[in-house]
Amino acid sequence: MSVRRILMAAAAPVVAIVFSVAISSVVLLIAGTSPLEAWMEMLSYGTRLETLVATANRATPLYLAGIAVAIGFRMNLFNIGVEGQYVLAALLSASVGAAVDLPAALHVALIMLVAMTVGSLFAGVAGYLKVTRGVHEVISTIMLNAIALAAVGYMLRHWLIDDADTSLNMKTPEIPPSGRFPNLNGVVETFTREITRGRELWGFILVAALVGVLFHLFLTRTRVGYDLRATGLNPFAAEASGVDPKATVMRTMLLSGAVAGLIGLPEVLGDSYKYDLAFTRGLGFTGIAVALVGRNHPAGVAIGALLFGWLDSAAPILDVVGDTPREIVSILQGVVVLSAVVSYEVVNRVRRSQEARDAAAATRPKQEMEA
Amino acid sequence: MTTPAVELSGITKRFPGVVANDDVNLRVAEGEIHAVVGENGAGKSTLMKILYGMQSADEGRMLVGGTEVDFSSPSEAIEHGIGMVHQHFMLADNLTVLENVVLGAEPRRRGLIDRKAARRDLEALGASYGLDIHPDDLVETLEVGERQRVEIIKVLYRGARVLILDEPTAVLVPQEVEELFRNLRELKARGHTIIFIDHKLEEVLAIADTITVLRQGRTVATVDPAEVTAHELAELMVGSELPTPSTEPRVADDHVTLAVRDLSVLDGSDRPTLDRVSLDVHRGEIVGVAGVEGNGQGELIEAILGLCQTSGGQLLLDGEDIGHWPVRRRREAGIGYVPEDRHSRGLLVDAPLWENAMLGHQTMAPFARGPFLDRSGARSATARIVEHFDVRTPGIDTSARALSGGNQQKLVIGREMAASPRLLVAAHPTRGIDVGAQASVWAGLRAARRDGLAMLLVSADLEELIGLADRLVVMLRGRVVAELDPATTTPRILGGYMTGADE
Repeated sequence: MSVRRILMAAAAPVVAIVFSVAISSVVLLIAGTSPLEAWMEMLSYGTRLETLVATANRATPLYLAGIAVAIGFRMNLFNIGVEGQYVLAALLSASVGAAVDLPAALHVALIMLVAMTVGSLFAGVAGYLKVTRGVHEVISTIMLNAIALAAVGYMLRHWLIDDADTSLNMKTPEIPPSGRFPNLNGVVETFTREITRGRELWGFILVAALVGVLFHLFLTRTRVGYDLRATGLNPFAAEASGVDPKATVMRTMLLSGAVAGLIGLPEVLGDSYKYDLAFTRGLGFTGIAVALVGRNHPAGVAIGALLFGWLDSAAPILDVVGDTPREIVSILQGVVVLSAVVSYEVVNRVRRSQEARDAAAATRPKQEMEA
Repeated sequence: MTTPAVELSGITKRFPGVVANDDVNLRVAEGEIHAVVGENGAGKSTLMKILYGMQSADEGRMLVGGTEVDFSSPSEAIEHGIGMVHQHFMLADNLTVLENVVLGAEPRRRGLIDRKAARRDLEALGASYGLDIHPDDLVETLEVGERQRVEIIKVLYRGARVLILDEPTAVLVPQEVEELFRNLRELKARGHTIIFIDHKLEEVLAIADTITVLRQGRTVATVDPAEVTAHELAELMVGSELPTPSTEPRVADDHVTLAVRDLSVLDGSDRPTLDRVSLDVHRGEIVGVAGVEGNGQGELIEAILGLCQTSGGQLLLDGEDIGHWPVRRRREAGIGYVPEDRHSRGLLVDAPLWENAMLGHQTMAPFARGPFLDRSGARSATARIVEHFDVRTPGIDTSARALSGGNQQKLVIGREMAASPRLLVAAHPTRGIDVGAQASVWAGLRAARRDGLAMLLVSADLEELIGLADRLVVMLRGRVVAELDPATTTPRILGGYMTGADE
């Protein structure tokens, strides 16, 4: 039974990946290039140590974004506003981090606290609008994204800009060394060769992993997590069981926003030490895709984040060698999402009918005994 | 004898755990209004869905105008001149009447919609049937009765000769009902055949030429309305010759567990759906609530649980005012709940059984410890429920969806009983489950009553009510209209109060 379960669980993502590679290959053939050559190039470049480090660095914020979205999805709340929440949180926490001087651990903790609070409160606006005015969270979070991005631009330009900097790049002042997150190069290099200078494995990946573990424990081990899942599975039954629907909406949005607040920190604390115009945007939307691929499960989202991170990191080689456009990776990612959703549904149906047969079988012998 | 417009014979349709239609026969003569009556869950809707091609029968034959048919989709039924007016209207609010009527069957000219032809056809249709229509009104501006007329025209526009109307009067006010009946008589005069599903007996007697009664998935009788009374029809619907769940001696004492005082609930348009209801449930007593569906029973239950807003009155649990408590506090205080529809209110169908067993009790031992779930406690408690209430399942990790309806219901009842509630509020605890499961549910309820459980039992099964309850109240239009002793009550008497026939 358990072996079958594991095989069933593995079937969906494997099918999804095979299917999307097949589709992308067809696209490449139509475009007149050799798919095999492109995949080989990506594989050989993608297995280099530096690419793997880049993969982990890309996957870390994607994982946090995926978890932030998944928290909402688990109770049928669509937090499309992760994008705005994390950009706003990154700007404000980077500014606070640059403005204070504290002992190392405290400094980092303060920056994380500010980021989570900002993300949480901003997501809470959508939650509040939903419970008090019935505004659908998709509408409100999309509009709040626009507000957040405009506010970020305004605040950066007028209030938070580093006046000492004379370059064209608008940026906040740099966070002092005590507020930076150490990299993990030393740990990795004890097992491998030395990583090329300039490449660092961001230590924030440990925080992301911890968030995943906590999310899993929260969902499966706590009463509040059970209430949240119950609401997602059947809001009417959950309400009858004593779950307060409004409180659950608020809690979920606050929690989702808190995790969203962390998305920008791997970059801010591990690489740039500031918020500037080069800050990576769009992770909130990619997070939706990652959550879908990962089926809103902490382990699944990790696989999704690593897959997307690897594709993003291995793709640039296509520009350098051969004539395959790197945009093929975007097609691949899109098809992965679609085929993941489809193959999960197919596997789910197979599992359900299997289970129904098992249940029917469990009924029969006893009836025969009674007869 | 002429060929019947529709003839169904031996129709059987099974769903997992339930037989919705069991050897049903229906013969509808050309040009008549034929009513199909029965309680909710008697199999009327399933039968009509089969006739309209929305579901296919497991067994049986269907003849339309003498030819054998086997529809696999509604469009095939429409081709054979059968149309259906659904209880919940299928109209696009933001389109006009004209656009709605032609939607999906648009007259075309060179690939474009021929609006002129559409309008001409529609106006001709309206004129010939005396149906009052304004083709350019937006559907969202129409009253309910007008929307229903649009639905009927939609069906006629597609050339239907046989019209199925699924509880058409459920959404109408009395004046609209009269208007509808005028329209139906007009249709009949023009040779259309009408199959009319309902459970309001006076209406059926007023409009139908022939009545077929369904009960628990079977055809029990086909009668002439001129030869039956509302009483007799009610009796046929609920069935007085079924085996009775046997009553046990009274064990109730003087202690009032639940006191409901002048409780009122208003609907969206401020009309009372529960109107100053008062009743007591004593310790060790089962109070049965009889009534035709939609006469306030659902609101009464939801108000007791705290699932709906009350507009007045008091609720006392063991003397304590619980009127302003949230649902969770009421559940924790010992109110058990067996919902009317286990799928919508009672189960997380995609979650494993052990997570379903804690639903409603997730804050209490053995399911929780402090802010955390007690997984091992929950699992062993579930195993006990499964064992004790004979839930047939491969294991407690099976998802609730995989179980048959009867086993799901046993799990729900078992879960509520295992928590030893002070008060159990149960709605239709044996609806839609097979006879064996029904008997074990009854046994469970009776055992709990012996142990001093106070229970409010809402049921459409009058035999169940008379057999289990110590006291019966009848609800009609949101009020308690009668209080009866089950020892001296028959389904016939109850039916009279329920339909207001004795007013």
